[in-house]
Amino acid sequence: MSENVATDYGRMWAELGMNLPAHCALMNAIPTMYENAYLTQSDRPAGMAYFDFVMSEIHGLRIKELVDHKTAGGKVVGTFCLYVPEEIIRAHGAVGVGLCAGAEWGYNEVEKVLPRNTCALIKSFMGFKMDRVCPYVESADLLVGETTCDGKKKAYELLGEMADVYVMELPQMKRDRDREFWRAEVREFVMRLEELTGKTMTAESLTAAIAEVNGKRRALQRIAAARAADPAPISGKDALLATQVAFYDDVPRFTAMVNTIADELDARVAAGEGAAAKGAKRVVLTGSPMAIPNWKTHDIIEKAGGVVVGEEMCTGSRYYDTLVPETPGASLDEMIDEVADKYLGINCACFTPNDARCSDVVQMASDLGADGIVHYSLQFCGPYQIEAVQVERAARDVGVPFLKIDTDYSAEDVGQLSTRIEAFLEML
Amino acid sequence: MLVLGLDIGSRTVDAVWLEDGRVADHVVTDTGFDPRAVAEALLTRARFDRLVATGYGRHVARDAFGAEVVTEITAYARGAAHLFPGAGSVLDIGGQDTKVISLGEDGKVADFEMNDKCAAGTGRFLEVMARALGFGLDQMATEALTARSGVGISSMCTVFAESEVTGLVHRGEDRARIARGLHESVAGRTCTALGRVRARGPLVFAGGVANNAAMVELVRAGFDGDVLVPENAQTVGALGAALSASAANG
Ligand code: SF4
Ligand code: SF4
Repeated sequence: MSENVATDYGRMWAELGMNLPAHCALMNAIPTMYENAYLTQSDRPAGMAYFDFVMSEIHGLRIKELVDHKTAGGKVVGTFCLYVPEEIIRAHGAVGVGLCAGAEWGYNEVEKVLPRNTCALIKSFMGFKMDRVCPYVESADLLVGETTCDGKKKAYELLGEMADVYVMELPQMKRDRDREFWRAEVREFVMRLEELTGKTMTAESLTAAIAEVNGKRRALQRIAAARAADPAPISGKDALLATQVAFYDDVPRFTAMVNTIADELDARVAAGEGAAAKGAKRVVLTGSPMAIPNWKTHDIIEKAGGVVVGEEMCTGSRYYDTLVPETPGASLDEMIDEVADKYLGINCACFTPNDARCSDVVQMASDLGADGIVHYSLQFCGPYQIEAVQVERAARDVGVPFLKIDTDYSAEDVGQLSTRIEAFLEML
Repeated sequence: MLVLGLDIGSRTVDAVWLEDGRVADHVVTDTGFDPRAVAEALLTRARFDRLVATGYGRHVARDAFGAEVVTEITAYARGAAHLFPGAGSVLDIGGQDTKVISLGEDGKVADFEMNDKCAAGTGRFLEVMARALGFGLDQMATEALTARSGVGISSMCTVFAESEVTGLVHRGEDRARIARGLHESVAGRTCTALGRVRARGPLVFAGGVANNAAMVELVRAGFDGDVLVPENAQTVGALGAALSASAANG
């Protein structure tokens, strides 16, 4: 970030009540991480320049847009989980931002409060808030949590002492009565947003929001489909970044940019051009979410000569694979049900049983011609660490090699992980 | 053609000179604090046409000497399958890590596991425990074999186990029984890991700890299948590295 821009933003950050020295340290770390992981790649699609720009402005331009939106009377709503329906947020004229929580930050503070053996994602969002270094968190008028894993549930209580937090109750099973329950919960959320924004959601505003968000998901589906080609037209790291940015970028602009990249990828596939070598070992990743700037596992795999061709993750297919039906003439009530049902269809390890995730992973590996599946869980993430057992079985049943890694955001285990991942690639 | 295989580990750097598929020479040296210098000295010891490095220092050798690289997993699998054609699995307990590898019918890696980032259950663990018991490393193994039963050790964490052992010694517990208990817990953990990768016999036990008679006996007792210990257990990785070159380019 150049000097004079930084000073302009400095005022904005101060006005958001941020901790400037700590934020400055964070902002010094991220460009280096980005450079090492991203700018060392060769044969990237030209369209990725947009994401280079987005990353260079991650706490700048986009925050300015959010602040302008707030100045004009709009609201910003921060979320931590895929289940919180962004269509509903948009339909209230609010901007939804998926909060990233992908960096080890403020752990010294966090560990004074939370047990050390808390998952990295939870420690990270608590650290960002306690240290006041994330302008997305600081610009949010409301943070929306959800009752997924126990760690998050409890952490939201503590987060609620520092910010306005609303928690949606998510069922743990997917029976009919759970669906009824969840539909009601989404309606409660509508009421909370009405109260926050002073706006009433209408059939028109929800229709528009659904169409826009579907457009975004469709654009991401196009990138995902292009990755089936060998050579892969885009690195896994770049594809991951696109999904990560989808959580907070301006929706129409993002959709347009991603569609441009998808056009470019289609042309690359037709011309047989790749971001990785033809015949590079192809890996599907599955597991816990990978929030910005967590690029560690992709980076290791791709620097070892493999290529990640798909992510069955919340920062991957779970985010864009399914759409809310666009039914002409549907009433507002019917649409709310459809939104709720679409979300309940996500296959997260917090649910039981969650067999559909196993079939999703295996299906993805076969669709994308993957040579192996890598299961990634954050340490202390019980749901994914345990469900790895079922996923491994499913992979074995269809004869796809499987590697399980448990890791966190630190660089401590990079040497060890590299050896395991390189050995896995050698084995394929 | 003469291939030099280097296994740059945390405790030792092992080298094998392979001439047309036959071991011409081998050597095991301490890593010390400068693995690069140790490796460099080995390069000047005898001539070679190609160089392949494995072990945690393999990337150093690639950057410094242009070595080809292969991971320890592949190298140990290759070396073991070469020494014992038909081997079903490999166990390597080295200075700071443990690997278990199951081999397919073709002798290639089918599945593998490595221990976590800590020293639990490795050569280093045994060294620390020997010190806590006031034994030399070999002596601890010999003593362990004299005891009929072991004292249960509840922790595999090097730090906790050390204080547990010290406590047992102070309480007057028989040191040979403690030594046996320590070996039993390492062997038990190892056999569990072998089970997780569905290791079949015969198992090739390689790495420095394969020279420990008590470990060999206990792994034999816990593993369902034959356990084979190569004559030069420490150079299996270096041998495998050298073999990887021959396989790649005739
Ligand atoms: S993994 Fe589950 S709990 Fe976590 S963000 Fe995804 S859907 Fe939500
Ligand atoms: S990664 Fe796992 S433990 Fe962490 S917040 Fe998500 S579900 Fe919970």
